[in-house]
Amino acid sequence: MKIVTGNDLKTGAVIWWTGESWSIHVNDAVDVADAAPVIAAEEAARRVNGAYVIDAAATPEGIRPAHIKERIRALGPTVRLDLSLDPTATPDRVL
Amino acid sequence: MYLYDQYDQTMVDARVAEFRDQTRRRIEGTLSEAAFRPLRLQNGLYLQLHAYMLRVAIPYGTLSGAQLSVLGDIADKYDRGYGHFTTRQNIQYNWIKLDETPDLLADLAKVEMHAIQTSGNCIRNISADHFAGAAPDEIIDPRPYAELLRQWSSFHPEFLALPRKFKICVIASETDRAAMRLHDIGIRIVRNDAGEIGAAFYIGGGMGRTPIIAPLIKAFVPLDQLITYSEAVLRVYNRYGRRDNKYKARIKILVHELGQEEFTRQVEAEYAHMQTQAIEPPLAELERIKAYFADPAFETGLSEAIDLSNPDFARWVRSNTGAHKAPGYATVVISLKPIGGIPGDATGDQIRVMGDLAKAYSFDEARVTHTQNIVLPHVKKANLFALWQALVAADLGTANLDQITDIIACPGLDYCSLANARSIPLAQKLSERFADKAELLGELKLKISGCINACGHHHAGHIGILGVDRKGVENYQLLFGGSEGADTSLASIVGPGFTEDGIVDAVEKATEVYLAQREDGERFLDTYRRVGVTPFKEAIYG
Amino acid sequence: MADPQFLFRDEPAVSAPTVALSAFAEDTNATAVVIQPGEDARDLFPHLDRLALVEITFPAFTDGRGYSSARILREAGYTGELRASGDLGVDQLSHLRRVGFDAIAPQTPLDPAEAETAFATWPQVYQATVVDGRKPIWALRHGL
Repeated sequence: MKIVTGNDLKTGAVIWWTGESWSIHVNDAVDVADAAPVIAAEEAARRVNGAYVIDAAATPEGIRPAHIKERIRALGPTVRLDLSLDPTATPDRVL
Repeated sequence: MYLYDQYDQTMVDARVAEFRDQTRRRIEGTLSEAAFRPLRLQNGLYLQLHAYMLRVAIPYGTLSGAQLSVLGDIADKYDRGYGHFTTRQNIQYNWIKLDETPDLLADLAKVEMHAIQTSGNCIRNISADHFAGAAPDEIIDPRPYAELLRQWSSFHPEFLALPRKFKICVIASETDRAAMRLHDIGIRIVRNDAGEIGAAFYIGGGMGRTPIIAPLIKAFVPLDQLITYSEAVLRVYNRYGRRDNKYKARIKILVHELGQEEFTRQVEAEYAHMQTQAIEPPLAELERIKAYFADPAFETGLSEAIDLSNPDFARWVRSNTGAHKAPGYATVVISLKPIGGIPGDATGDQIRVMGDLAKAYSFDEARVTHTQNIVLPHVKKANLFALWQALVAADLGTANLDQITDIIACPGLDYCSLANARSIPLAQKLSERFADKAELLGELKLKISGCINACGHHHAGHIGILGVDRKGVENYQLLFGGSEGADTSLASIVGPGFTEDGIVDAVEKATEVYLAQREDGERFLDTYRRVGVTPFKEAIYG
Repeated sequence: MADPQFLFRDEPAVSAPTVALSAFAEDTNATAVVIQPGEDARDLFPHLDRLALVEITFPAFTDGRGYSSARILREAGYTGELRASGDLGVDQLSHLRRVGFDAIAPQTPLDPAEAETAFATWPQVYQATVVDGRKPIWALRHGL
């Protein structure tokens, strides 16, 4: 699947396109067939900053970005998982 | 240290107002991201992997206790309770909000701090020897010259849209403790045969994709020509630096492609012209600045004796304290590399503690090193034990300066969207593996970069590690033989790359070869230079 | 072109059409020239007397070569209209003035109120560019 991620303009929080709005949880991300108009509209409305498309897979554990960089982006720094959205996570979730 | 006058304060306040207005326009939508991005970068604000990251300038790495206190408060008020000290003597906060940044900058401005030009295609923070004013071997304190250049470079209207970033370093000793020759301009303050003080300019050094040691371009620029000559260099760069390829845009490429002779000719021509333009501040301005860097009121008649009966304290004294030009004093390095910890990170509390200790023990002055540690430059030997106890109580007492566990690591893929691999978990594993052997191994500078941009300075590591992306999996290259000292050299790659666990084992094998082969007080670097890479390769790759 | 949005001269904006730098030397009637980022402003030195307008383009505001070109011309004694054109926003205005531009023609007109604020950003300046006539802080500190 293709999902869209970006940062909230004011807070900088990592956000994921849900089909209607932006969520801070990667598991709310949806498959976006044609991301360009979504990105253009949402950036113009200043509801997102620096949005881009990535590959991901839907797994039983949730949405898994294809590249380790976005898995870290979704999880939080692997060396400070106390700051993660999911504090129960372990670093090998990003591998 | 330098204190702002009304003019300096006016400038930093004007900058806060400017950025507050720019941020308002961005949030309201009258300023696009494309137009805003270079502006926020020139106020140190990146859009990073997890949030906005703010890089606060610490000019030539020097800080007062009050400034450290505010940096600690900012970590708690605007961030998640910690900051990261960088390889350019700055501090970074990782969880900043754009709409709070103007207030954050206003808080900084109250203590004469800012984030001016810590990113973007402009002249960046000017670094200097972290033992300035304390080292016995310096000709003179290099920091007044750095301050003169800092003011000259701040908001310089001709040089705010350079081909790329521009980094300057100033030292004043033969020994290069600041990686001076790995900068776009490296300046060594020298004395000529007539005994006059002037500046030797090394131009076109750097790390990253194409590491180059800067050649000496001008052996002696008189002190009353520092700005004029620097302006000439920057103008040549602004006009002729490449703008077609981001990876070939630094001045080191221009110097390399023109050749030293032609580059020098162009700079000399511009310099001759600039000398007719009356842009140089009077020497009185340099003298005014120098007055702020006069020696503190060192006591005299002090004892050199230190009671070393506590073995942990003795170990810390051996590793983390150094010679001082004033009898009875020592330099102290606070290691921000606890075993298994995150190199360069400190909590708000720890930062405030360091501020208090600077006030109590070091004439209210601290420095950030480019190796991500903190220096208290002027500590009475008689106070070392009390200081050490306070550091240990704050988890700041690790005795590992310049040892293998004193690792330099960029934030890496845990924090940085430019990275290819994580650097911090690797640093943690290496730290734990070598905790017990570090003292035995002696001076061993290990540096880790998470990508080719080399913010971890891996090219200058006795052991350097470069993280790469190998088909989506993190992989690590091993390099040996880099040095940023008087004998600056660039590290060479040893062989095929490793997994994270694999490279920890490889480094261990390398240290075993070193221990087996070392002679007579040789450091790892010396043994490697003497015996070459072959014995290491054989042990590592079998 | 239409008059530049911002003009800091007593005379009206020069309306003569600009000629490319490469053609200017031979075109002895021309009094207005346009310089691209990669061109050398010093090529104009033999012709400064007959120039009423030098336009310096900024196809991308991140390409700062025009700042050097402008200042070089003023340093050489050029006193005619020095016009910046192209991809210029409010946040470039104060820097353009400091290097000697006295006419600014952004390709998209700017909000006048924002521009006024921007021109007044810096109550003081750290460096002498000389060509903007502003005394730098170091001169004020030492009564120069």
